[in-house]
Amino acid sequence: MLNRYPLWKYLLILVVVALGFVYALPNLYTPDPAVQISGQSGSVEVDQALVDRVREQLNQADIDIKNIELGENNILVRLRHEDAQMQARRKLQEALGFDYVVALNLAPTTPEWLEALGASPMRLGLDLSGGVHFLMEVDVESAIETRQEINADEMKSTLREEGLRYSSVDVNDEQSIVARFRSAELRDQAVELLQDEYSTLVFTQDQNEEGDYRFVARLSETAVAEVEDYALGQNLVTLRNRVNELGVSEPVVQRQGGSRIIVQLPGVQDTAEAKRVIGKTANLEFRLEAGPDTMVSMKESFPYRSETDRQRFGSAELERQIILTGDHVANATSSFDAETNMPQVNITLDGLGGTKMHRATRDNIGRRMGVLFIEHKTRTDYEINEAGERVEVRENYVEREVISLATIQSALGKQFRITGLESPAEASELALLLRAGALAAPMYFVEERTIGPSLGAENIQTGLKSVVIGLGLVLAFMLVYYKVFGIFANLALAANILLLVAVMSLLGATLTLPGIAGIVLTVGMAVDANVLIFSRIREELKAGMPPQSAIYKGYEQAFVSILDANITTLLVAVILYAIGTGPVQGFAVTLSIGILTSMFTAIMGTRALANLVYGRRRNLKKIWI
Amino acid sequence: MSQEAKIINFMGWRKTAATISIVLLVGSILALAVRGIEFGLDFTGGSQIELGFDQPADLGTIRDVLSDEGLENPVAVFFGSDSEVLIRTQDALSDGVVEQLEEDVAALSSGATLVDVRNAPSNEVQFSEVLVFAGVDEQTLRNANLFDADYFGKTRITTEGDQVKVFVQNALDNVYSRYLIRSLEEATGASIELRRSEFVGPQVGAELRDQGGLGMLFALAVVMIYVAIRFQYKFSIGAVAALIHDVIIVLGFFALLGLDFDLTVLAAVLAVIGYSLNDTIVVFDRIRENFRKMRRGTTNEVINTSLTQTLERTLLTSLTTLLVLVVLFIFGGELISGFATALIVGVVVGTYSSIYVSANTLAVMHLTKEDLMPPPKEGEDQEEVLP
Repeated sequence: MLNRYPLWKYLLILVVVALGFVYALPNLYTPDPAVQISGQSGSVEVDQALVDRVREQLNQADIDIKNIELGENNILVRLRHEDAQMQARRKLQEALGFDYVVALNLAPTTPEWLEALGASPMRLGLDLSGGVHFLMEVDVESAIETRQEINADEMKSTLREEGLRYSSVDVNDEQSIVARFRSAELRDQAVELLQDEYSTLVFTQDQNEEGDYRFVARLSETAVAEVEDYALGQNLVTLRNRVNELGVSEPVVQRQGGSRIIVQLPGVQDTAEAKRVIGKTANLEFRLEAGPDTMVSMKESFPYRSETDRQRFGSAELERQIILTGDHVANATSSFDAETNMPQVNITLDGLGGTKMHRATRDNIGRRMGVLFIEHKTRTDYEINEAGERVEVRENYVEREVISLATIQSALGKQFRITGLESPAEASELALLLRAGALAAPMYFVEERTIGPSLGAENIQTGLKSVVIGLGLVLAFMLVYYKVFGIFANLALAANILLLVAVMSLLGATLTLPGIAGIVLTVGMAVDANVLIFSRIREELKAGMPPQSAIYKGYEQAFVSILDANITTLLVAVILYAIGTGPVQGFAVTLSIGILTSMFTAIMGTRALANLVYGRRRNLKKIWI
Repeated sequence: MSQEAKIINFMGWRKTAATISIVLLVGSILALAVRGIEFGLDFTGGSQIELGFDQPADLGTIRDVLSDEGLENPVAVFFGSDSEVLIRTQDALSDGVVEQLEEDVAALSSGATLVDVRNAPSNEVQFSEVLVFAGVDEQTLRNANLFDADYFGKTRITTEGDQVKVFVQNALDNVYSRYLIRSLEEATGASIELRRSEFVGPQVGAELRDQGGLGMLFALAVVMIYVAIRFQYKFSIGAVAALIHDVIIVLGFFALLGLDFDLTVLAAVLAVIGYSLNDTIVVFDRIRENFRKMRRGTTNEVINTSLTQTLERTLLTSLTTLLVLVVLFIFGGELISGFATALIVGVVVGTYSSIYVSANTLAVMHLTKEDLMPPPKEGEDQEEVLP
């Protein structure tokens, strides 16, 4: 018999390995130390003139520039030496001022033709690049409590309006609203009335020891989940804003589970600084637009937040007097008007906010009301102290921008809406900003990890060393033990690592130290499939089978074992990914990808080589195995 | 079969092997019960910092400094080399400062206490935390000079009602690590670099521990179901018995030597499950095949034949895997050594268990040919294989 593969199989293997080579290639180019300059906000121009300024500044400071690239809204300055990075950053921040953020970066040096193919190097995890990792817990309980207190306030006024007398309406420790009445009748009427209005609440009726008739209203499970989502979303928005302020080139701000947020800041070493900036919230102010007869001393001018509005209208003049602040905003959601089907934003205020809003708007129908988004920010300035040294001075300032300016159609109360928005996207953006500025659920740091840059570099070194030595030993062993077939297995193993790296780069997976350990482990385990096949072939040869049939039988019979064994290992790897966090997930990812790629290379790859070398010989007497 | 004569009588040793396994298991369980697992920071919560010294460090001096600084049960150990030291405590690092401050204010005036430490409000951009004191007036606190700018950074002291608020620029845990490094530098005369610092809240630690345990149980359950479907329920009992055997012995090994059990070690234990399973499945596969192929022969003979046929492969794969693991252990650095250790122990035990636990379990349960009557659609293959 003969062992032949059809041409397409050879081609498939060649194409896959070639693709693997292309997509793994970017990892070989060492990245350049770089600084990245971007505008503090969208309105700051990043153009050729700025590039020239940057070049001039760096030349003055005698910093070796490799090149300067003008991107869509940032400038990337590649430097020749790592030591120059800090110096360049400081120099540029000083020269360019507050309008720009200057961040340290490692710029990939992937050649253009590779980039055009979508190839990029793997991302390095914090344990390899150095940096800060925070896990923040959003205090969902307190968000729920706030929501319930607002509900309780509203219930009181509804009951008063309807003339249903209650003894008390309070929020208890379990975040339930407890209302007490004199009679069962009153209570049942109240429940009937409120049940329709509060679909998110679950009502139960009972009587306590003192003889009060009570109802208890607690948030339904879906409503609790909604509040959680809401509180988390709100904090995510503020965190993203804050993190940008730190000048980190590739920050990660990500939700984890129901109530946590991960913040990863590669390259940042100063946790004190990072902690100070993170976790501060924004605020809102509602103010009336200044009329033509408003005195100059009573009005202020504010820029618009959105780029398009700023270009169209410039800025808006608002009265100095504040109607109310973000603390009174209970909720803001975007939706569509039931009649006109136009996007709108619904705002809910708390009881006191509703009263204030009503008082301010009832006499001002037809005028416009503006909403300001307020953020407290820090910027770094440089001063010369008495000793003549340049020192960093941190200065805090407040940024106020108009996010909405709309005409008051009628006296507004606790609930009102902003209409006339141009798109659903604009509506959801506005709702998001309103929420971010509203009373935020507090956050706590529950996990904090800092990895120094030297440790990161060391981890890469030791990781690489282990991969190289481990691979070398396995290659040598296989060659000695299986001779020609050992060469086949070794080629397959090399292709396997190539594919593993390529797939990880393509998926944008993050390489961590346990991930490297996963690669090393894959090297050891990937040869298993070949060992299975080869020992099967040897067995058949010993049993007196001719070589061609032995090769055939070996591959055929080992396949089921390999498949079963790998599927079970893959199942375990998937579970590992599901329960793990960060580095452990990195390990699970490399392990799973390694299993899949090794099945391809160890079975198809070595078979192709064996067929190519031995398959055509009709009277094959002996094979080196 | 030509090599029938060379078949190794594995099952002849099964009683001895069972005794060894039982001794190992009992030993491991005893170690787990008596010494317990030394959970790492990931699972216990707490703080740790890794310091790099520019000269060999003296642990004695370091421990003296630590116990002077009022840390709760501080642990200081070398981490990889004698110039790298890992310091761990059960508390948040900020507790060290809090304790110190409490002592200091109590000495200022009777009844003075530190009431609360909060995050600074959003408009206080320069400050990260607010310390609230009661029972002490602003002037006394100012005069006492408790807030050294080298550690606390900028501070602002104000009175609000009967409380005094101190706004500090640096969060208290940063204050403490700065302070600790300075004290250690003074005591040892070395220059110290902060290589790594970690804080894990106690709640997060407990959750990770639960999740890890659940994950392991879940993995075992999934494996059991898969093997039961692909093979037969007796096989799945054999496979899971081997896995539990391996996991308990690896955990027992960690308990006995008091090695740190952190997240990466947990990952390694799950990888051991994967590896050992791999081995077991290959053996099972052969047993199934031979049960269908060999017309004569007792259960033990079939198992012996299968084990002998797969022995070469079992040993070879374990060897290559052990090769790379030893490389990882030697060259991979301290962060990976726990991971490598768990896997080395796991691979050795896993190799043994695929022979003597999983196959042995099959023998004990009297696996018969009838258990493996192939489903009808595979019947045709069967005919081909028979001579």
